[in-house]
Amino acid sequence: MTDSRQAILSVRNVRVHFQVADQDARWPWSEKKTLKAVDGISFDLYPGETLGVVGESGCGKSTLSRAILNLIPATDGEIVWMGKDLRKGSERDWLHVRRDIQMIFQDPLASLDPRMTVAQIIAEPLKTHRPELSGSEVMERVRKMMTRVGLTEQQINRYPHEFSGGQCQRIGIARALILEPKLIICDEPVSALDVSIQAQIINLLKALQRELGLALIFIAHDLAVVKHISDRILVMYLGREMELAAKHALYDRPSHPYTRALLSAIPFPDPARERNKTIQLLAGDLPSPIDPPSGCVFRTRCPLAEARCAEEKPHLHAVDADTQCSCLKV
Amino acid sequence: MTLLQVKDLGVRFATHDGMVHAVNGVSFDLDRGQTLGIVGESGSGKSQSVLAMMGLLARNGTASGEANYQGRNLLTMSAQALNRVRGNHLSMIFQDPMTSLNPYLTVERQMTEVLELHKGMERRAAKKRAIELLDAVRIPDAARRVDMYPHEFSGGMRQRVMIAMALLCEPELLIADEPTTALDVTVQAQILGLLKDLQRDFGTAIIMITHDLGVVAGLCDQVMVMYGGRVMEHGDAEHIFYRPTHPYTIGLLGALPRLDDEGDALTSIPGNPPNLARMPAGCPFAERCGHVLPQCAATMPALVAAGDDGKALRACHVPVAQLIADSGEAVHD
Repeated sequence: MTDSRQAILSVRNVRVHFQVADQDARWPWSEKKTLKAVDGISFDLYPGETLGVVGESGCGKSTLSRAILNLIPATDGEIVWMGKDLRKGSERDWLHVRRDIQMIFQDPLASLDPRMTVAQIIAEPLKTHRPELSGSEVMERVRKMMTRVGLTEQQINRYPHEFSGGQCQRIGIARALILEPKLIICDEPVSALDVSIQAQIINLLKALQRELGLALIFIAHDLAVVKHISDRILVMYLGREMELAAKHALYDRPSHPYTRALLSAIPFPDPARERNKTIQLLAGDLPSPIDPPSGCVFRTRCPLAEARCAEEKPHLHAVDADTQCSCLKV
Repeated sequence: MTLLQVKDLGVRFATHDGMVHAVNGVSFDLDRGQTLGIVGESGSGKSQSVLAMMGLLARNGTASGEANYQGRNLLTMSAQALNRVRGNHLSMIFQDPMTSLNPYLTVERQMTEVLELHKGMERRAAKKRAIELLDAVRIPDAARRVDMYPHEFSGGMRQRVMIAMALLCEPELLIADEPTTALDVTVQAQILGLLKDLQRDFGTAIIMITHDLGVVAGLCDQVMVMYGGRVMEHGDAEHIFYRPTHPYTIGLLGALPRLDDEGDALTSIPGNPPNLARMPAGCPFAERCGHVLPQCAATMPALVAAGDDGKALRACHVPVAQLIADSGEAVHD
């Protein structure tokens, strides 16, 4: 792929484990159980690239994104940003890193302070990270950014509740971009929005990325949305990587049985096709991450599972030039 | 035979901002065993129109028009009469399975209550029937699960409990308000498959409310597209998906991220949904519409037949021929 270039972010074997109370525990001091929300994820991210992270609820995709920013500290592994291991860094290093890595959240209204005006919200990162800027310079930048993301300057003194969901997400994007970051982590930025607004926000993110050379980590549960924005896609299930592949490879020839099931479950807006298609239904429910299946975590729902899947843990291995897959049978 | 006939249904709410007209002039007929999809974005009035039929509007809401279920108008029925119909002949599945089940009661109690009330069954027989239906919606180990509380189920399982509960009295009409929106795609596929099977086995008519055009495509015979409280286009599924004649329907289909689409840019609909409290006099879509004519802002177009076959209705001032000519240029901007 693009291995000749220098990765800006390398995630190696990251684990995020939580200690949770055992449901069957008899006493409050009984031994706690370990919930493995993210269990050994590795990937590289190159400048200007978009990595889509896809998986169903509870697969650990949001926890992973927060671990990269140390909003939830990783339990183990390496997070290397521009050659520096962030997990070994001090609070000062983090301050620096957060100027380069920003985040956009899922719920556009909940992620904005209701008691701050749009100007205050968008200017806040500048006040923290660029205290040397004068008030008029800050407002100048805020105005420019607002127009860039499709808000009008007249809206500058309004409060978040006066905006629709799509406009709130634009405010969130403006706040993330004001520091001119190199990477933006988008945690389900469009799942709470209506279809027509979804398309506006995706197109805006793509245009901004082209203009500013941003790298994006785009988290979503919808493979159709991710297709329109990603260069490569990471499919997660129960805290593990199932498949990491270039966009076209993943959609044209999905390797992992889980990816195939996910793709076949997406409904097509085409009646003839939808009525005649056979869906590869996954049996049963998602197992608990507290007590994941032995061997391959997907084996309990996998149509290809056999005896050795329960014993051997699969690892991500290259299937072809564009695809890495973690399945013993591929 | 027509099971449900809705004529000129309107819903309005008295709010601090004045009267809000959430639904205006919705009409449709639904036959036994048929499925109607109501598609629209938030605030389009799709949920309020069915809540009105079920007598579930908020206290400041009033419904007008007619909703005749087997010849009886649901909107003017007394609460007592409505209670005999709801849950028995008509039932509803809500979007969020967690907040629509009672957390204090076991699934068994919530399900048997319905049968005791409507069918006069005894608790023991009712429990047996509840287990049968949980089996029918493929909840594993139903006999044991029935005694559990809602929080002990996963999201997909809870939605299946909701569906089982809605089907207890074998209703003639099932209203599903975004039944899969809160669920993952693989679970959604399971639930949609289940609804199709149940419809085949019980011959239930379904009204499916959703914002996801993909969900509608597989399940629905007729599709009604709503925007700003009004019906924009109404026709059979083939018409809406293959030969849409309303700018909003065309825009909605273009904005949908598709797996089979090679193009990179999505066609977005510019602007924001209208504020229901300050509705324009004309077409609610006029200010976002790329084909807008001078009369659009002033007068609301009537919902009339789109073609000669009379199979589809549309509410738009722009002639179909011009729409097709225009859309050649305006697809990607």
